[in-house]
Amino acid sequence: MLKVNNLKVNFGGIEAVKGISFEVKEGEIVTLIGSNGAGKSTTLRTISGIVKPTSGSIEFEGVDITKINSSDIVKMGITLCPEGRRVFPDMTVLENIRIGAYLRSDDLTNDIERCYKLFPILRERKKQLAGTLSGGEQQMLAVARSLMSRPKIMMLDEPSLGLAPLVVQDIFKIIQEINSEGVTILLIEQNANMALRIANKAYVLETGKITMEGLGKELLENESIKEAYLGKKK
Amino acid sequence: MKFKDRIDVDLLLYLAIIVVSAIALVFLDMNKFEYNYAISIIEKSLVYAVVALSMNIVTGFTGLFSLGQAGFMALGAYTTAILTIPANVRPNVYYMNGILPALENAVVPIPVALILGGVVAAVFAALIGIPVLKLKSDYLAIATLGFSEIIRAVIASPMMDKITNGSYGLKSIPGFKSSLECFAYSLVLIIIMILIINSSTGRDFKAIREDEIAARSVGINIFKTKELSFVVSSFFTGVGGGLLAMFMRSIDSKTFSITLTYDILLIVVLGGIGSITGSIVGAFFVTAGKELLRFFDEPFAIAGVEIPLFKPGFRMVIFSILLMVVVLFFRKGLIGGRELSFNEFIMLKKAKKSQDIRKEGKA
Repeated sequence: MLKVNNLKVNFGGIEAVKGISFEVKEGEIVTLIGSNGAGKSTTLRTISGIVKPTSGSIEFEGVDITKINSSDIVKMGITLCPEGRRVFPDMTVLENIRIGAYLRSDDLTNDIERCYKLFPILRERKKQLAGTLSGGEQQMLAVARSLMSRPKIMMLDEPSLGLAPLVVQDIFKIIQEINSEGVTILLIEQNANMALRIANKAYVLETGKITMEGLGKELLENESIKEAYLGKKK
Repeated sequence: MKFKDRIDVDLLLYLAIIVVSAIALVFLDMNKFEYNYAISIIEKSLVYAVVALSMNIVTGFTGLFSLGQAGFMALGAYTTAILTIPANVRPNVYYMNGILPALENAVVPIPVALILGGVVAAVFAALIGIPVLKLKSDYLAIATLGFSEIIRAVIASPMMDKITNGSYGLKSIPGFKSSLECFAYSLVLIIIMILIINSSTGRDFKAIREDEIAARSVGINIFKTKELSFVVSSFFTGVGGGLLAMFMRSIDSKTFSITLTYDILLIVVLGGIGSITGSIVGAFFVTAGKELLRFFDEPFAIAGVEIPLFKPGFRMVIFSILLMVVVLFFRKGLIGGRELSFNEFIMLKKAKKSQDIRKEGKA
């Protein structure tokens, strides 16, 4: 469904992504894990058209989207739920949800209901300004907002960032739920443990290169992964 | 209390304010000679409110720091002036260099001229928007500032003598027949701007202001939306410039120097960046404030001893100190990023009450 070939991206004067290739198949949960500065966020931003690559190509459903601008990419069914939540703080929760459907002109009632069903807390808070929500609620709002564009593939950039472990579990449960409704997921995480547990396929990114790939469960058992990301002592 | 009821309270309040103001203006108009001074302050405030709100669309609601206001006002003002000065007085106005033959009899009704002024400003905004809107924050401010000065220089240049009357400026511009007319124009413009700000387009503007990356990730075309905001804002600035020309009755290129932009910026910041009511209240506060402080310019004596500070120009010192106080203590402007609203007042009281009740419950 989504194919990245030998992608190279410069970001802030350095080559942040040094030629990576990976594939996301329809209906899967694929995760890219790696530490700070590995180039994970840059990869997602490049796919969503916010950053342009220096070379390489990105294919979505057989179409080359490398040079297409970000708003058309959203239209094609790729949505990014950006790092650090990035909700619109001075808009209400409902406005934030509605703006997620920016490119749609049809009736939103059902979609909004679906969001409220996934995240009941958002219904209670719908008139509140998004900036006044807690971190976890903001993350839920960011996911809900992304869902409103009815994506075929949803890219999540570190949804667990700065959240309490229980909230992280909730968020991951919902990610799986969204996946089971037929949305393909590309997930970026530092929380490798959680990400690998729900992923069908996983790639390990280190300083701009893919150093390892495999099924989620395989990598979870892998010794060097355990050492580097899961906190097992040598 | 239901959501709908809340809207109605505010709407009624605003309607009441509008009706009361209109009645007050009719009264002032009937006693024109007595209240000449007050009328001119009110008219100037109304014009400034229009321009400040239009600047707020781009600066406050879209987060683009543009300092091109004076330039766009000049475009609107000159267009309006050129198209409304009565044909029979034109030879008097253009007595030095003559007038372009095509413009000799080009007179249109005032509303049409105002709209055309806005259109001219909007067209220029669209053109310069393409290169400058790629810039961010301070750089954008400097680029638009430069544009505004270019417009001023071109208007005053000898090449434009037959159109803009060069450095002699234009006079005999038909003014407002009554303050009510000025009020009506401003009211219509402000209402249209409020509708735009509260529409889905306005929501896109706010999204860009709050987070460009997030706005991009929901599919908003950043450049197109910024351009739209810039063009819409410039249109209303242009119309506001036309109103200023009608208020002043005579204009020249110096009218539209950078100080004019600063005056407007002052109103926007003082009233509250991103607040509609802030811009309107700010316009009256600044315009009237400058006038009311005039007694500082007069000689002043306590017990026969003349206080040396009370000299012409001293009011601006006081005014500047007041500004500093406002900026220091009301960091978000007089109104803040919110709106002046009767509803919120009620809500605040209610919220406090329920808080008190909760506290009591706990105790």
